[in-house]
Amino acid sequence: MKIKSPTAVIPGIYLALFFAYLFGPLIIMVITAFNSSNFPRVSPWECFTTDWFGKLVADDKLIEGLGNSLLIGVGVVAVAIPIGLAAAIMLSQVGPRLRASLYTIFIAPILVPGVVIGLSTLIFWDRIGTFFNAPYESFFYDGTFLTIFGQVTFIAAYSMLVFLSRIQRFDTTLTEAALDMGATPTQAFVKVLLPFMAPAIGSATVLAFLASLENYNTTVFTIVSSSTFTTVLSSKVRYGLDPSISAVAVIIISITLIGAIIYECRNRYHSKGWSLVVAERPVLKVATHPGSVAAVLGLLAIGAVLFIQNHDSSACTAQILEDKRAIQQKLMEQQSLDTPAVTPAPTTPKLGPLGGEDTGGTSAPSPFGGNAGSIFSPENLSGSAGSTPSTSDAPTSPPSSGVGGIFAPENLTGSGAN
Amino acid sequence: MTFAGVGTFMTKEISLEHVWVEFGEFTAVQKANLNIAGGEFFSFLGPSGCGKTTLLRCISGFQEPTRGLVKIGGKDMKGVGPNKRPTALIFQNLALFPLRSVADNISFPLEVRGVDKKTRRKRADELLELIALPGQGDKKVSELSGGQKQRVAIARALAVEPDILLLDEPLSALDLKLRQHMRTELRAIQKQVGLTFIYITHDQGEALTMSDRIAVMNKGKIEQIGDGKTIYDHPSTSFVASFVGENNVLEGTVLTNDGKMMQIDAGLGTLFHVESHPAGGPALAPGDACQLFVRPEALKIAKSDNSLNQFETRFVTEEFEGNMRHIVLDAQGKKLKLSLINDGTHSIGASAPVKLDFAPALGIALKPGELASA
Repeated sequence: MKIKSPTAVIPGIYLALFFAYLFGPLIIMVITAFNSSNFPRVSPWECFTTDWFGKLVADDKLIEGLGNSLLIGVGVVAVAIPIGLAAAIMLSQVGPRLRASLYTIFIAPILVPGVVIGLSTLIFWDRIGTFFNAPYESFFYDGTFLTIFGQVTFIAAYSMLVFLSRIQRFDTTLTEAALDMGATPTQAFVKVLLPFMAPAIGSATVLAFLASLENYNTTVFTIVSSSTFTTVLSSKVRYGLDPSISAVAVIIISITLIGAIIYECRNRYHSKGWSLVVAERPVLKVATHPGSVAAVLGLLAIGAVLFIQNHDSSACTAQILEDKRAIQQKLMEQQSLDTPAVTPAPTTPKLGPLGGEDTGGTSAPSPFGGNAGSIFSPENLSGSAGSTPSTSDAPTSPPSSGVGGIFAPENLTGSGAN
Repeated sequence: MTFAGVGTFMTKEISLEHVWVEFGEFTAVQKANLNIAGGEFFSFLGPSGCGKTTLLRCISGFQEPTRGLVKIGGKDMKGVGPNKRPTALIFQNLALFPLRSVADNISFPLEVRGVDKKTRRKRADELLELIALPGQGDKKVSELSGGQKQRVAIARALAVEPDILLLDEPLSALDLKLRQHMRTELRAIQKQVGLTFIYITHDQGEALTMSDRIAVMNKGKIEQIGDGKTIYDHPSTSFVASFVGENNVLEGTVLTNDGKMMQIDAGLGTLFHVESHPAGGPALAPGDACQLFVRPEALKIAKSDNSLNQFETRFVTEEFEGNMRHIVLDAQGKKLKLSLINDGTHSIGASAPVKLDFAPALGIALKPGELASA
């Protein structure tokens, strides 16, 4: 075999690293969605499961947040796209001096931190609401309304940038020609400029919608008491993750992939070269039509949904649980052998609310997963107590300032005794 | 092509009265005064930046004059937008709508007037027939050749039956052969529909071949208005003399002027006799400085030793152009150009002095002025 020179290999290595960096997290995220472990992780691999999708669908807060997010996304698109288009048209028509300063003004919301926009939107509309003596139920205090307006300030600027790059290639004599041929300015706009801008309007719409959907730092302030997809997700991260978040990622990645594949198929299908190839192959023509590609992908998606609904991994998870129990049992026996003084301690944690191994997925999972969760379990406390036998009475009456102590069931029982 | 029955075209005359256009400090058009008769093929000729396009935009309504009046058919057009004027403009880049089919381009003026789809299509097909592109209505504009696009643009302009057709250098993007072909075609269309054509060009060949009358412009000013022959043979300013066609310029002084003939000393050792023709701008008095213009084709190799206006030159170089031979000669430091028909009769040696002369009627003496830069 011929050995390539190192300089020829470097681009390949670079490319591999680049793609690993780009897609590695996504791949890991997808894998974790199918691991039955309570915490999203790849290893140790427990069971192949699709339960997280079921859990996701059953999560009312998340679904409600998603609904709000979609509503806000549509609202942002409806407001931001006309504003962005108007700004781009304006910039393309004014003189160079005014253009520079207007451009800076229009672009400013992108440069302002989202947190500032969120806070100022909240305060601004609150002032106005107060000024009009509006009741708390009015739209001045409505999370959806505030979030739409807060997001529009910078998403309109994003879409303006998209429009600007397209409108710079617009030949203004076309508008003049339309006017010269008797069109009113409105007709010239609708019949000449808008069709030209259509592709940019399409991409700006997608961009605006996605930017709205994924926005967090502005939304977290403007959403007030309501919630969106991102705020629900972030609270999940804060109060305990489980792989249903990975399931969300899998769904989003699938939708993106399906969309991208159909879009690419459409582009290739309409390319000159391909239309020549399929000119005499009607079967190939039908097979490569973006519609049929979409149908195939749709069927695959439906198949995946059916599979997810019907897959049952309870036997495997039960087995895993059994194994864990056995390990724990063993550990406990080991421990009770080491510290015979504290005999009742090992039995109490099984009833405790934080005994993650017993209650399985139904309780809030600890962020450190099954085995690691045992740092909170009293076995550890008693173990450490056992290693310092001189203060053997400490674990039974721990000082109230001890943070670890609040998780310990001894405290509960102790207070119960008092 | 025949345009009979394409529509009813009313020809309207246009008059510009003291039209000024100023952009801040810059004066684009100064004091333009002219009348264009109905059915006339009128050209504005001038170098780029001379204000001819601005003047055209004043007529089409895209530009309001700073001062003065634009009248179409006797009506003042002040405040009337381009979509309300009876003019149709053919743009330099044609401005065909790239996203519309050929037929939709042609019927666009009807579409914005609310004509129904069937009638529109019928009219578009009629016009396509007439521009010799039958059955090509469903093509994309990008699929047409340059000349075909040109004809589509004309058809689109004619679809509304305008009174005046304005053309802004519509042939400049075409190659030479096509340009020459389109010249004849445009002229034929104009003759057949009898429309008023206002044509803007910097190409004097186009202006001279097609126009009834030409206005030569320079730096926002109309220098001369006249038919092609007058402009070429009897320019009234130095700019027109040097811009239209080629010309040799000799600086000189008027010695005598009796109203018919002038005697001019141009420092070549010969006293030139030149007709002082009536149309030629302000009269020159004895003692005035002047510029003497003699066209390369007006210069002749002297046949005898004592002809009128004879002077001696030396051969410098020759440019060969197929049908013509352009010979550059040196007359006491002045470069002169002599154009000869390549009929094999002339032989000009490199060393021997060449004696030239020209007829008094073909020399033009004008007040010194700005010359067109080459």
